[in-house]
Amino acid sequence: MSMDEQTIMTAESGAREYLTFTLGREEYAMDILKVQEIRGYDSVTQIANTPDFMKGVINLRGVIVPIIDMRIKFNLGNAVYDEFTVVIIINVLGRVIGMVVDGVSDVVTLSPGQIRPAPEFGSGINAEYITGIGTVNEQMLILTDIERLIGSADMQLTAAADNRLDLAA
Amino acid sequence: MTIDLSQFYQVFFDESSEHLAEMERIFLAIDPANPDDEDLNAVFRAAHSIKGGAGTFGFPDMAVVTHTLETLLDKVRHHELALTPEMVDIFLQAGDAISMQLAGHRDGSRVDQQVVERVCERLQAIAANSTAPSAAAPMQAATPAPAEPPPETSPITTYRIVFTPPADLYNRMVRMEPIFDELKTMGEFTVTGRIETQQEFDGYDPTRCRMAWEMTLTTERTVEDIREVFMFVADEEELFIEKQSPEARHTAAPPPQPSDSAAGNGSVMGRRMYDRNEAAPGAYGRRAGETAEASSIRVGVAKVDQLINQMGELVITQAMLAQCAQQLDPVQHEHLHRALSLLERNTRDLQESVMSIRMMPINFIFSRFPRLVHDLAEKLGKQVELKLVGETTELDKGLVEKLADPLTHLVRNSLDHGIESPEVRIAAGKSPQGTITLKAAQQGGRVVVEVADDGAGLNRERILAKAAQNGLPVSDSMSDEEVWQLIFAPGFSTAEQVTDVSGRGVGMDVVLRNVHAMGGRVNLFSSPGTGSRVVISLPLTLAILDGLSVRVGSETFIMPLNSIIESLQPLPSDLNEVGRKNTTVHVRGEYIPLMRLDDIFSIAGAARRPEEAVVMLVDAEGERVALLVDELLGQHQVVIKSIETNYRKVDGTAGATILGNGQVALILDAVDMVRLWRTH
Repeated sequence: MSMDEQTIMTAESGAREYLTFTLGREEYAMDILKVQEIRGYDSVTQIANTPDFMKGVINLRGVIVPIIDMRIKFNLGNAVYDEFTVVIIINVLGRVIGMVVDGVSDVVTLSPGQIRPAPEFGSGINAEYITGIGTVNEQMLILTDIERLIGSADMQLTAAADNRLDLAA
Repeated sequence: MTIDLSQFYQVFFDESSEHLAEMERIFLAIDPANPDDEDLNAVFRAAHSIKGGAGTFGFPDMAVVTHTLETLLDKVRHHELALTPEMVDIFLQAGDAISMQLAGHRDGSRVDQQVVERVCERLQAIAANSTAPSAAAPMQAATPAPAEPPPETSPITTYRIVFTPPADLYNRMVRMEPIFDELKTMGEFTVTGRIETQQEFDGYDPTRCRMAWEMTLTTERTVEDIREVFMFVADEEELFIEKQSPEARHTAAPPPQPSDSAAGNGSVMGRRMYDRNEAAPGAYGRRAGETAEASSIRVGVAKVDQLINQMGELVITQAMLAQCAQQLDPVQHEHLHRALSLLERNTRDLQESVMSIRMMPINFIFSRFPRLVHDLAEKLGKQVELKLVGETTELDKGLVEKLADPLTHLVRNSLDHGIESPEVRIAAGKSPQGTITLKAAQQGGRVVVEVADDGAGLNRERILAKAAQNGLPVSDSMSDEEVWQLIFAPGFSTAEQVTDVSGRGVGMDVVLRNVHAMGGRVNLFSSPGTGSRVVISLPLTLAILDGLSVRVGSETFIMPLNSIIESLQPLPSDLNEVGRKNTTVHVRGEYIPLMRLDDIFSIAGAARRPEEAVVMLVDAEGERVALLVDELLGQHQVVIKSIETNYRKVDGTAGATILGNGQVALILDAVDMVRLWRTH
């Protein structure tokens, strides 16, 4: 089955494709259309006076891209950097951002029937950014709303979020 | 003024051709019974731009025809006159006539005066038939002015010129090289520098000028012409010019000496390197003389951007290759090494060529203005001095081109509405001579261009009255800022008389439109009696910077070369603790506050003792601060990349760049850093 046919099929059934990644022992999933590429972790240029999880910026083919470490942000897993460290480059809110995760596992297709609403429970990521729970091969997947997460004030990635933070302070 | 405008003719020809093509396109598509207001405005603006350019560059015959055309278009635009198919026809003929005149100036082809006269007559006939024939006094359209009379020539004379500048010459940002260059164009020119006042080496201050220059110039120009070259530099008593007798010319002419070392002597190191680089032939923004037609192609900015991005990638790839090759035995892989060094050279050449496509000094447009101001001031019977500041600020070519129109409008407005007539100025207790200042500077991530005058300022009442008359929503309770915004409305003009200088109210809406199109902002400041100031702030989407890379701990930063005054290694005795945290550096009698880069940017592992590190004196908008860094790495030309595209502004920086090893380095912004340090 070609890529196009698959897309048409999934579009008809309302199913969508998700990229799954791990943070600590939890398995997360995000909309694959937001993913630009997956790459290894290179040395970054640090930016002063930023939170711990903001690792710095890298040069991605001439574009300067900020790198955030989700493991530090959500206090999950071990923030070690070696040849197995994975950075998912995502394209949200018109920005290109890299996020460090423990690992990228799979691309799965989930139909709306496979997704259940997220219960109010304490996962690593704040419930606000969780759109639902999916099940694939009896494994639980936490579906994240990556756009909202990146745009949120406590990520401090955008100037607008910064202003909101100022108001709150 | 002796500025050669011919270098800009090509741009004017190109722009005018575009405007004409645009006019034709709209006229061919327009529905005379039901014309679109936006189309009419667009045609009018095109005609207005051509007229403005023709006036500036001294093509009075074109200005006459466009003025007549514009007068009629203005009426149509204001619905004083209904558009008819016949008018569209004549408008198209007028466009052809202007094209013909344009071709005449560009290629020297024949211009059929009969056609031009006939078009003018028909345009005037229509204008005269309308209700208010007096609105625009037609200029003597039928008699196109002949070509400019040849400049007066006087017999060839040799002058001895002695310029003894005050000691603060360099602090006033005056550079002698352009003046020498200009004199060189006037005739046979030699210059010798001499030290005017001796001083002990101890306590020597390199920023003071202790030079005097002695020049000889053999030219057919007059003494006044020479004085004009020094106009913004020398006061009357500092400049001595005498005619030399022919015999003296042989005996007294000093041997030509290279003026370069002498002229640069008192200048500070950082700036000198920058300047020298910039003055080099083929350096950025310098254009080889554009003479032949079609010597330029207009290319979309996106294409150039793409080219520059790809260039950056190539440089990085090349640096990577070089790094790999270093690990190979140079004897065994001799061919590879040779090929790689060739690649490096070619890459550098290519990079320079690619970059030079986009960057040019703003002087490219600034230097049009002395002539414009001179001519206009004469026409209006005003005395005006034009000051140009920061002409070497480099700007994206796309921005420079788009900035030309708005700036022309602003300067015209300042002259026409801002500066008062000498009598009014004297009555107001001001000097009879008004001043218009054109200023450009890079401020953080933006280029700021400012047009300021010391005229009457904006008149609140008149603007409100006029706005009410034009049907704009106004009230007396509006703040000044809101009132100033009104003049940006299309069709707004406070001028009582319609002149061919300005006053049709196209100026400010064109300015706003053009600046917005560049992603810029316009701010207007005005105070009654003391003048007004229009500040255009443009984003620095792409610019090249001469920078010094410095190391602090394990991090590399780029400091713009133009804000570095000097670098020095301090003696322990030069350092003084002030309070618990602050330190000052004692440099030639001045105590300069020391900023630690590692504190500001929270970097670990940097040298803590200033005497083990390097102190860089930087200029933060007139304020001097010392910056402590571990090491100076080298001078580079760097492409400024925006961090804000994907992230947000980083305090203390003016953007980032990509180094040869592919790493990102932040570009420091002295002013912002001082602010950050103060609030630290």
